[in-house]
Amino acid sequence: MKISFSVNGERADLDVEPRRTLADALRDDCGLTGTHLGCEHGVCGACTILIDGEPARACLMFAVQVDGASVSTVEGLQGTDGELHPVQEAFVACHGLQCGFCTPGMLMSACHLLDTKPDADRETIRAEMSGNICRCTGYQSIVDAVERAREGMCVPAVRDSNTAAPWGATFPEE
Amino acid sequence: MKCAPFDYVRASSVEETVKVLGEAAGEGKILAGGQSLVPVLALRMARPAVLVDVNRVPGLSTIRRLDDIVEVGATVRHSRLVEQPEHPLLAEAARWIGHTAIRSRGTTGGSIAHADPSAELPVVAVATGASVTVAGPHGSRDVDAEELFVSALMTSLDEDEMITAVRFARPARWGFAEFARRHGDFALVTAVVTEVRGRPRITFGGVASVPQRATTAEQALADGKPATEVARIAAEEIEPTADLHGSVEFRRGIAAEMTRRALVQFDSEQEHSR
Repeated sequence: MKISFSVNGERADLDVEPRRTLADALRDDCGLTGTHLGCEHGVCGACTILIDGEPARACLMFAVQVDGASVSTVEGLQGTDGELHPVQEAFVACHGLQCGFCTPGMLMSACHLLDTKPDADRETIRAEMSGNICRCTGYQSIVDAVERAREGMCVPAVRDSNTAAPWGATFPEE
Repeated sequence: MKCAPFDYVRASSVEETVKVLGEAAGEGKILAGGQSLVPVLALRMARPAVLVDVNRVPGLSTIRRLDDIVEVGATVRHSRLVEQPEHPLLAEAARWIGHTAIRSRGTTGGSIAHADPSAELPVVAVATGASVTVAGPHGSRDVDAEELFVSALMTSLDEDEMITAVRFARPARWGFAEFARRHGDFALVTAVVTEVRGRPRITFGGVASVPQRATTAEQALADGKPATEVARIAAEEIEPTADLHGSVEFRRGIAAEMTRRALVQFDSEQEHSR
C-alpha cells in the first residue's frame, strides 16, 4: 500500500505491507533508527513518537495509518546545525540516561509534556513520564532533567527540522 | 513479534465498516485506537484476515451533551475524555487509563468493545447505566451496557456490528476509587458509586469477568447504612478470584477500602454537575 507522510518536516513516500508497524517503517524504510523498539507491544514506551503533535507508541500503529500525517521522531529534535534540543541538553546535564535505550521515547514524551504542561511540577512530571520504562537510572535523574528542561525552555518543543532553531535556550548555572 | 498478514481497509463510513465486517464473516476486526488490539496481534493471539480502520470515519469523534446524558462518539480518544467538562466522572475515570501515549490513541468505542473487566470505561458504563449505540447491516440499535458485557473480552455484539457511540448518564453524585500495582496499570479493583435516576449504584471493575454491581450493598446504601458497613457488605457480596496479583482475601480487602473511599467522595459531592 502506497502512503505519504511527513517525518520531521521531510516527506516520506513508502510502499508498505499493511501489517508493517510505524516503528518498523521508520527504522527500516526511512532509516530513522533513533526510534527504539523494546517490547513491541506497547508496554515499554521506547518507541514513543509524536503524530500530529500527540504522543503515540510507534509499535502500536501501522504505517498505513499515518498516511497524510505529520510524524516527529527523536532525530527531529536536534537543530540543523547539530545543536541539541533543550530537552536533550538537560538529559545530558542531569545524567538522565545511562545505556540510552529508553532515551528516544523519554525525550519525545518529555517534549510533549513540556509543550502541553509547561508549568508541570515534579509530581506531574512523574505521572506523565510513567509510560516510559527505564532500567538504568532509577528515574530520579530523568525527572531532574525534565525539570531542568522546563526551566530552560520558553518556545515550542517540537518543530520542523527545516526551520532554523528559533531559540537561544539558557540553563541556570550548576 | 510481528503481526500475521491481514488486509487493510480504511473505512470512510459506518455503512462501509459494517459491510466489510459482514463480508469478512467473522474474520474481520475493527481497528480504532489499537491500544488493545495491536498487542494482541503482535503476540499472535489473534489473526484476523481483515482490519477495518475506523479512525477516519466522519461523525464518530464528537462529545455531545443531551440533557442528563453525555453521548461520546466511538473514536473519541481518552485524552479528550480527560479534558471534557460535561461528565466529571468520565473525566476522572479516563485519567486512570494507561499512560499519556495510550490515552492519546485509545478510544471509547474500542475500550467498550474490548470489554476488559479491569478497564475503566466498561465499569463507568455499567455504573451510569449507559446505553451503547450499535450499527449493523439492518440499521442501528441501542444496548444497555449491562447486557453488552457477556464475559471477559466478550460482548453481545454480532460480528458485523460496530459501536458508534456510548450514552453515559450523568450521575447526580458519584465517587471513584481505584487501586493498581503501578501507575497506569490495569486496576486490581475499581469501585464506582453513583446515583442514577434517583437510585444508588455500586459497581466494581477487576473483580469478575464483567463489571459487577453489588446490589445488596446498593440497598444498604439506599437504606442509609454507614459507609464502612456498606463497604463491608459490598466486599462480601463480590466473588473475586485469586491470581498472581493477589489472593481472594486481598482483593476483598482492597474492594472494601476502595468502596469506602468512593463513598466518602460520593457523600461529599453536592449536586455539582447540575
